[in-house]
Amino acid sequence: MTPEMTIALALGTPLVGAMLIAMAGKVPNLREAFTLLTALATFGLVASLYPLVIAGNQPGLFLLEIVPGVPLSFKVEPLGMVYALVATLLWIPNSLYSIGYMRGNNEKHQTRFYFCFPLAIASAVGIAFAANIFTMFVFYETLTLSTFPLVTHKGNSDAVKSGRIYLGILLTTSVCFQLLAVLWIYALYQGGDVSGIDFVRGGIFKEGLASGAVAPTVFGLLFFLYIYGIGKAAIMPVHRWLPAAMVAPTPVSAFLHAVAVVKAGVFCVIKVTVYVFGANALLEYGQGHWLLYVAGATILIGSLIALFQDNFKKRLAYSTISQLSYIVLGTALLTPIAIMGATLHIIAHAFGKITLFFAAGSVYTAAHKTQVSQLDGIGRRMPWTMGAFTVGTLSMIGVPVVVGFISKWYLISGVIERWELPGGHFDEVFALLVISFSTLLNAGYFLPIVYRAFFKPLKDEDLKHPHGEAPWPIVTALMFTAGLTLFFFFWNKPALELAELVRRAVG
Amino acid sequence: MELIHKNLPALIVVLPLCMGLLTSIIGRRGLGWWMAMATTGAVFAMSGQLLWNVMHDGAYQITYQMGSWPAPFGIVYIVDPLNASVLMVVSTIAAVLTLYARKSVASEIQKNRLHFFYALWLFCTTGLLGITITGDAFNLYVLLEISSLSTYTLVALGRARNRRALTAAINYLVLGSIGANFYLLGIAYLYQVTGSLNMADIHHILVNQVFPTWGGDAPQYRTTVIVGFAFMAVGLSLKLALFPLHGWLPNAYTYSPSAVSGLLASTATKVGAYAFIRVIFTIVGVDFAFGLLHTDTALMVSAGAAIIIGAWLALKQTNLKKMLAYSSIGQIGYITLGFSLNNVNGLTASIIHLFNHALTKGSMFMALGVVVYRLGNARITDVRGLGRQLPVTMGVFVVGGLGLIGVPLTAGFISKWYLVTGAIQAGRYEMAAVVLVGSILALMYVWRVVEQIYFGKRDENAPKLREAPLTMLVPMVLLAAASIYFGIDARATSWVSQTAAELLLGVKL
Repeated sequence: MTPEMTIALALGTPLVGAMLIAMAGKVPNLREAFTLLTALATFGLVASLYPLVIAGNQPGLFLLEIVPGVPLSFKVEPLGMVYALVATLLWIPNSLYSIGYMRGNNEKHQTRFYFCFPLAIASAVGIAFAANIFTMFVFYETLTLSTFPLVTHKGNSDAVKSGRIYLGILLTTSVCFQLLAVLWIYALYQGGDVSGIDFVRGGIFKEGLASGAVAPTVFGLLFFLYIYGIGKAAIMPVHRWLPAAMVAPTPVSAFLHAVAVVKAGVFCVIKVTVYVFGANALLEYGQGHWLLYVAGATILIGSLIALFQDNFKKRLAYSTISQLSYIVLGTALLTPIAIMGATLHIIAHAFGKITLFFAAGSVYTAAHKTQVSQLDGIGRRMPWTMGAFTVGTLSMIGVPVVVGFISKWYLISGVIERWELPGGHFDEVFALLVISFSTLLNAGYFLPIVYRAFFKPLKDEDLKHPHGEAPWPIVTALMFTAGLTLFFFFWNKPALELAELVRRAVG
Repeated sequence: MELIHKNLPALIVVLPLCMGLLTSIIGRRGLGWWMAMATTGAVFAMSGQLLWNVMHDGAYQITYQMGSWPAPFGIVYIVDPLNASVLMVVSTIAAVLTLYARKSVASEIQKNRLHFFYALWLFCTTGLLGITITGDAFNLYVLLEISSLSTYTLVALGRARNRRALTAAINYLVLGSIGANFYLLGIAYLYQVTGSLNMADIHHILVNQVFPTWGGDAPQYRTTVIVGFAFMAVGLSLKLALFPLHGWLPNAYTYSPSAVSGLLASTATKVGAYAFIRVIFTIVGVDFAFGLLHTDTALMVSAGAAIIIGAWLALKQTNLKKMLAYSSIGQIGYITLGFSLNNVNGLTASIIHLFNHALTKGSMFMALGVVVYRLGNARITDVRGLGRQLPVTMGVFVVGGLGLIGVPLTAGFISKWYLVTGAIQAGRYEMAAVVLVGSILALMYVWRVVEQIYFGKRDENAPKLREAPLTMLVPMVLLAAASIYFGIDARATSWVSQTAAELLLGVKL
C-alpha cells in the first residue's frame, strides 16, 4: 500500500465507519462492533505511517483543488503524527467506554452519538495531516460542527444554551480571526510577499520579512489573529466554551475535551508557530512575546478557578484550560526544547486527562454523583476507578513514574535553554514561577479528591445506596488509559523520537 | 441543428417569450406547467451550450445581430463569460423552480389562474434572460420592464394565501417603476451626449470623444454624463435592492407564492446586480465611475451597511421568509462590495456569489415553501421540532444556512474566500472585517432557527407531517447538493467568474 493510499484511508475509514454505524442503527451490538472496528482500523492506518515519518519521510496526498491554487492536501510530519496517533489511539478505549456509559445511563439517540464520533475523528486526522493553512482551517471547522451534536446530545435547555456558547465562541474566533489570517496570508501570497500557504520548516515569512515586503507589525498581527483564531486552545479570555461543553455525556467530554478538540487547538498553535510563522522569525522580530504571559496567566487563573469548583467535571474542565496553556507556554518560549516539551505534553495530558474524565463518568454511572463533595469514601466501593484516577492525578501534577513528569521535565529544560539567549531573564523566571506555582495548585485541587475517596469514611446516606464498580467496559477503558499513563513513563521511545524530530524542525 | 446553434442567443429570449404567450392562450388544465417545464428545460440546455461556447471561444465573445443589422444601428446580443454565467444562474434556477412550482403553486393559487401564472413565470424569465444577454442599453430597459411587470403580478398572486401580497406588490410596483424610469432617464441623458444606445458604442464615444475634453477648459457634457450616470445608478440600485433602497424587498419576498420568492431571491436581484456591473464596467467605465465620481466609496458604505443591518434585521424576524428576505439584502451587500473593490478577486467574488447565493438562497426558500405547503405558514414557531418529521427538507434548510454563514465546503465559503482576499488586496481591511462580522451575524440568525428545528418540541396534539412530495423534494435537494459540490470543487465556477472578472477589468484581453 502506498503512503498516499494510507493517508486517504486514514481519512476515509472513519467516514465509511460512520455510514456503517448509521445503517446498523437498529442493531446496537452490530453498531458498536462497527465503532470499535473503525477505531482499531483508523489507529492501525495512522500507526502504519509512523516508521516512514521516523525515517525522515513526509508522505503527502493531494486530494483536490477547491479553487485554483488552493488545494486540499495533506502531508504527514512528526508533529501531526503525534496528534493523529494520540487522537486515534485514545478513540479505542473511548469507544469501549462509550458503550458502557451510554448503555449504563440509558442515553437516547445513541446512533446519532456513534455516528458523529467518527466524523470528529476524520476531522482530527485531517487537521493533523493538513499540508497547508487552508486545509487545516477546513478541518478545524468541520471538527467544530461535527462535535456540536455531541455536545448538545441531551437536547435539554441546558444543552442548547451550552451548545450556543460552544459554537458561538469557536466559530466566531475561527471566522473572525483565523479565517482572516488565512485569507490575509493568501492575499500576501498572491502578491508574492510570502512563499506560500503550505506549512514549511522555519515558516513562510522568512523571505518576506527579510526583504521588507511584510512589515514586522503585520507579521505580529497575523500571529495574534492566528492564536486567537484557534479558540480550541482555550487561551483566556476565549476559554468559556470549554466548561460550557461539559454538559455533554462524559465520553464526549473525555475524548473531545481532553483529547481531540482541545488538542486540535494546541496542536494548531504549535503547528502555525513552527511551520507558518517560524519560531526563530518570531524571536528575531520580537513578535508574539505577549503569548508567554497570556499562557502563564491562563495556567494560574485556570488552576485557581479549578480549586473552587465542586462540580467534578467542571473542576476537570478548568484543569484542562490550565494544562492546555502549559503547551501554549512551551510554544511561546520559542526554543526547540520547549516546543519539544509542548509536543510531549500533548501526549502526557491526553493520557492523564482522559483517565480523569473516565473516572468522573464512571462515578456518575455507578453512583450518580456529580460533585466532589459527594465522593467521601467512594474509593472503597470503586477501587479500580479511583485507583486509575489517582494515577491520572499524579500525571497532572507531574510526579515521576507517570508520563506527566516527562513533559514537565522538557518544558523546564526549554526554559533553561532559553536562558542562553541574550537579554534579560524576566521571561524565563516568569515561566519557571508559573510552572512551579501551578504544580502546587494542581496538587491542591486534585489530591483532596483522592484523599476524600480513600481516607474519608462513607457518609450515612451513602450507606443506604449500595453500589459497586461501573460496568466492565468502563473499568477496562479507564484501566487501559491509566496503564498508558504509567507505561509511557518507562517506554516512551516512539513519543520521544517524534518529539525529537519536532525539535529539529524548530531549530 | 446548425440553425439553432447559430441563433442560440436570440432563441434563449424568443423561445420563453413565445411560449409564454402560448401558455396564456392554451395553457389550461395543467398544460401550462408542462409548457413552462419544457421551455425552462430547453433554456437551461441552451444557456449551458452558450456558456460552453463562450468559454471556448478565443475572444471570449459571441455577438449576435438581431435581424442582421450591425451595431450600433441594430440591436446586438453579446455573450461574454460574465453574462453567460448569469444566464446560467437564471436558467438553472428557473428550470429547477418550475419543477418545484407544480405542487407548491397549485396549493397557493386558484386553479383557474394557473395558466396565467405560468405565462407570467415565462415572461419573467424572458425578461431576466433578455436583460442579461442584450448589448443594447435601451433594449435592456424594455426587458427590465417585461420582467418587472410580470414579477409585480406574480407577487400579487400570493394574495390567495395572504392579502398583504397585494400591498407588497403595489409597493414593489411603485418603487420598481421609479427605478426603471430612473434608468430610462439616465439612458436618455447618455443618448443625448453620444447619440447611441449600444453599450459598447456609448463607451467608445464617451472614452474617445467626451472624456478627453474634460481635462481642458471647455469640458463637454460633463454635467449631463454625470447626471445620466447618477440616474442609472440610483435606478438600478432600486432594482437590486441595495441598502437603503431595499424597502420593497422584504414584503415582496415574504408574501409572494413560495416558488416566486425563490425565483425573485435567486435571480431578479442578481440580474439587477449584473446590470449595475455592466453600466459601471462596460458603459461608463471604471475610470469615470470609480476614479472620478468615487462611486466605489458610496457603494462600499451601502454594501457594508447592507451586510450588517440586513443581517441584524434578519435576526429580529419571526417570519422565516422575511428573515431570508433580510438576509438577501445582506447578501446583495456582499455582491455590491465585491465589484466596488475594483480588483480581480473582488469582482470574481461578486460574479461567483451571484451563482453561489442563488443555489443557497433558492434551496432555503424552497425548504420554507415545503413548510408553507404543509402548515400554511413559515414562522419560527412553525418549524419547532420539524427536524424529525421533515428530515430532508430541514436538512436542505440547514445546508443552505451553513452556506449563508460561509462554512468551508459550502459554496458560500468560496464567495467569502474571494471577497475577503479582494478586500485585503484593495487595502480595505475594514470591509474584510465587515464581511466576517456579517458571517457571525448570519450564524446567529441561522442558528436561532436550527435550534428550533432540532431542539424545539412540536405540540403534542399537532398532526404528524409527511415529508414533501417528490416534485418539491428533488429540486430542493439538487440545489442543496450543488451548493455543497461547488463548495468542494469550485474550479469550474471560479474559472468562469475569474475569466469574466479579468475581462471586465481588462487584465485579460
